This record gives sequence, C-alpha cells and structure tokens, in this order.
Amino acid sequence: MYTSITEGVRGIAAGFAMTLRHLFRKPITVSYPEEKRPLPARTRGAIILTRDPDGNERCVACYLCSGVCPVNCISMQSAERDNGRRYAAWFRINFSRCIFCGFCEEACPTLAIQLTPRFEMSRKTPLDLLYEKEDLLVNHGGKNSDYNYYRRAGVAVTGEKGTHIGEQPPVDTKTLMP
Amino acid sequence: MVFYWVVGFILLVIKLGAALLALLLCAAYLVLAERKLLARMQIRYGPNRAGPFGLLQPIADLIKMMAKEDVIPEGADRMIFRYAPAVAASCAMLIFAVVPFGNSLTLWGYRIPLVVTDLNVGVLAVLGLSSLGVYGVALGGWASHSKYSLLGAVRGVAQMISYELPLGLSLVPVVMLSHSFSLVDIVDRQSIWPFIFIQPLSFAIFFVSAMAEIKRIPFDLPEAENELIAGYHTEYSGLRFGLFFLGEYVTLVTLGSLTAVFFLGGWHGPFLPGVIWLLVKIAAVAFIMIWIRGTLPRLRSDQLMNMGWKFLTPVALINIVVTGAVLLMISA
Repeated sequence: MYTSITEGVRGIAAGFAMTLRHLFRKPITVSYPEEKRPLPARTRGAIILTRDPDGNERCVACYLCSGVCPVNCISMQSAERDNGRRYAAWFRINFSRCIFCGFCEEACPTLAIQLTPRFEMSRKTPLDLLYEKEDLLVNHGGKNSDYNYYRRAGVAVTGEKGTHIGEQPPVDTKTLMP
Repeated sequence: MVFYWVVGFILLVIKLGAALLALLLCAAYLVLAERKLLARMQIRYGPNRAGPFGLLQPIADLIKMMAKEDVIPEGADRMIFRYAPAVAASCAMLIFAVVPFGNSLTLWGYRIPLVVTDLNVGVLAVLGLSSLGVYGVALGGWASHSKYSLLGAVRGVAQMISYELPLGLSLVPVVMLSHSFSLVDIVDRQSIWPFIFIQPLSFAIFFVSAMAEIKRIPFDLPEAENELIAGYHTEYSGLRFGLFFLGEYVTLVTLGSLTAVFFLGGWHGPFLPGVIWLLVKIAAVAFIMIWIRGTLPRLRSDQLMNMGWKFLTPVALINIVVTGAVLLMISA
C-alpha cells in the first residue's frame, strides 16, 4: 500500500517534471515559410523536361509516361524532325491531377521527364496548373546531366565488342575467373 | 434620495462593464495562453501568425467564429438548441459578480466596494450558478439530436452532479472559519493567513472538484475527442460553439478567482494593488490547470465516479467534522 502510493506519486511527479522541463526548451518546429529545410535530391515534386548535354530535347514522345500515368495527367502529340528523330509537338501535364508518384520518371527511356524537389506550386485556379511544354522544359540535364540517349541507342555500333558507351566487355566463357 | 439611487446605479453599471470586459479579455487571452503553454510543453511554438507572438489570435478567432455558418441540425429541438450555449456562458459569467477584486475605494467621500455585488449568500450563489451551468451541457447535448452529443451530455451531467457535492462540502470549512457566506468577508478573514495554510485538504478537494466541474483534462469525459468527437457541443458551430467555448474559459477564470478568494487570500498581498494580486493568483491557478492538462491523461468513467463518491466526498465530510471539532475546542 505504502510503496504503491509512493510509486504513484513518483510516476505522476516525473510526468509533471517532464512537461515543465519541455516548457523551457527551444521548440523543434521548423517555421516553414520563413525557414525551409533542404529536401533530399530524390524528393518527388514538380515535373520537368530535361535536355541532353548538347542542348537538345531528350523527350522522344514515346507516350510511355502518358501510358504509365495512373491518373492520366500527361498528354502529348508526337512529331518527327527532318533527321527522322521524334519529338513532342506539344506536351502537357495537368498538375491538378498529378499525384507525384514518379512512375513517369521510371518509365522514361531517355531520362527526359524528371521529378524535382520543388513542391511550392499552388495556384488560385486549376487552369493555372496546366503546364505546357514551354513551362516544363528546362535548360539543363536534371539528375543525370551527361546522359545522351542518342549516343547509346539508335546508333550503328562500328567498333569492337564492349567499346560502346556503358557497355561491358564480353565475358570469356572459357574461364571461370571473374 | 433619487440622486443617491442614480449615482449608485451608474456606479453599478460602470463596475459591471469593467468586470465583464476584464473577464472576457482574461478568458480570450487565457485561450491563447493555454495554447501557447501547451505548445511549449510539447516543444512546439503554438499560434504565432496573427500579430507579434500571436497576440491577435483571440481577435482572429472571434472574427472566424462570427463569420462561420450557424448550423442547426435536422431533428434538433431548435429553441433549446439555440438557448443552451447562452445558459452555459451566462452562468459562467454571473459567478464573477460576487468575486471581490480589491479593497473598497473612497471617491469624493463615497465608499465604493470593489465587487459587483456583495451578496450575503455569495458562496451559495456560486454553487447554485455552477450547478445551473449543467443545464447548458444537458440541454445542448439533448437538443442536438445526435448520439455523440447525448452521450457527452449524459456524461457531463453525471460528472458535474457527482463533483458538485465535494465542491460544496470543501467550502463548508471555509465558511465555518470565516463565519460568513459573503465572499468579501471570506477575503477579509484571510488578510493575514490565507486558508490554504489552515485548510490544505479542503483546498485540494476544491481544486480537483473544480477541475472536474469545468470538464478539463483529466476530467474531460463529456467532450472526450477520441470517443465522442466533441461531446455535447459536437453539433454546434459558429458563434454558438463560441459561446460554449467562451463559457468554458470564463469558468476557468472564475474558478481561478474563486480559488484565490476561498483559499489564496483573494486580493490580499504585499506591495502590489489588490486587482493585480487577484490577477496574479488567477494566472497561477490557470497555469497549474494548463500544466495538469499538458501532463495527465484522461480518467476512465468509473475511475472518475469512484474518485468523486468514494474518495473526495467522504474525505470532505471528515474534514468538516474535524474542522468543527477543532473550532469548538478553540472556542471552549
């Protein structure tokens, strides 16, 4: 009986001491609009269309992002240049529907469409959230600035085996050595 | 004769206005203080957007409350639904009428007591008004035609009636010591020794019952958020909800002042004027209540009833008997 009373009192007193101690601590809140935490590079925010190191558009209008998009917020019209390379005549993302899942980035074969950590994109009306190609296109390569799709794929391999960009030398099947 | 009556009437109106204004201001800023302190106890900042340090938050809240739609749910008893918040708020505010907030002033030869009305049955008026406050809860919950409101109201009534008893009984020794039901006499009696030193047990019972009476954590069963949404005021919105809310915080201020009057010596204190001392004491009581809210979890319903009926009431009764015996011994 006596010990249970002392235990109870001690338990409650510990709680009161804890709240009183916290009263004089500096709050751990990040005051958001004034104070912005640096977000991880892979945070999924606003979507951009990047360019390759030569400054050309990476997008080849293959419709894969539009096809994989679970909310159907990406639409485009493909067209062909004189040299036979495809591009998007227009490219539109409806950010009022986008759920920032990043599937489009995973689907993109040319690393053209990418998500950025920028997330402050609220507008007064949903119509202002319709982003056209000129709003999406940026003048840099995004996360992988030296990747160029046309150097790797869609070109005739002229050199020896294993000399192409990013290609591994052929495995010698006659030996087990690594 | 008519002149005296007119002067008295004007004085009464001025005192009423000043007391009401001070009370409402106190209540409004107590809300802010509570939110701030609770936030700091949880290592947050609390409201800090409206004005410097969030000091304009009560005004922003008021504007928001007034601008909100006043929804009356379908199937509600419209008339009772409309009047219940007024009952809750006005009962809370009326209690403050008997609280003395300073020594009597003497202006141009007239003696002006610094209390809205010095009732000779002040203690009874306080208890009666705090009992009437139950009607706000009960009628508001019943008239809402919602199961959460009804459950909250039932719990509220059960709790407030259970804790009315120890609340009243804990004041009996105070009345015995001061030989008067008037709050002014009770305060005058404590000019040297506040009753908290003579009646610490009574003080503890009063404090706990008062906290249960105003339905604060750990006794907030009538409005338990995670069980009953908001309890008896679930269906209220706009200014009517605001009145319930106001009533709650006005009761907190009045109970702080009553704790000061009954046990902490009222406006008595060295160096500072009486009103300041009363405010300091109210703030101290309010801080302790906020601290308790920031620390303790909610009681279970049966624990609440057990504590009221099986612990507080008998202890209060024993306290009365012992106080009476000691007083008799001293006088004999």
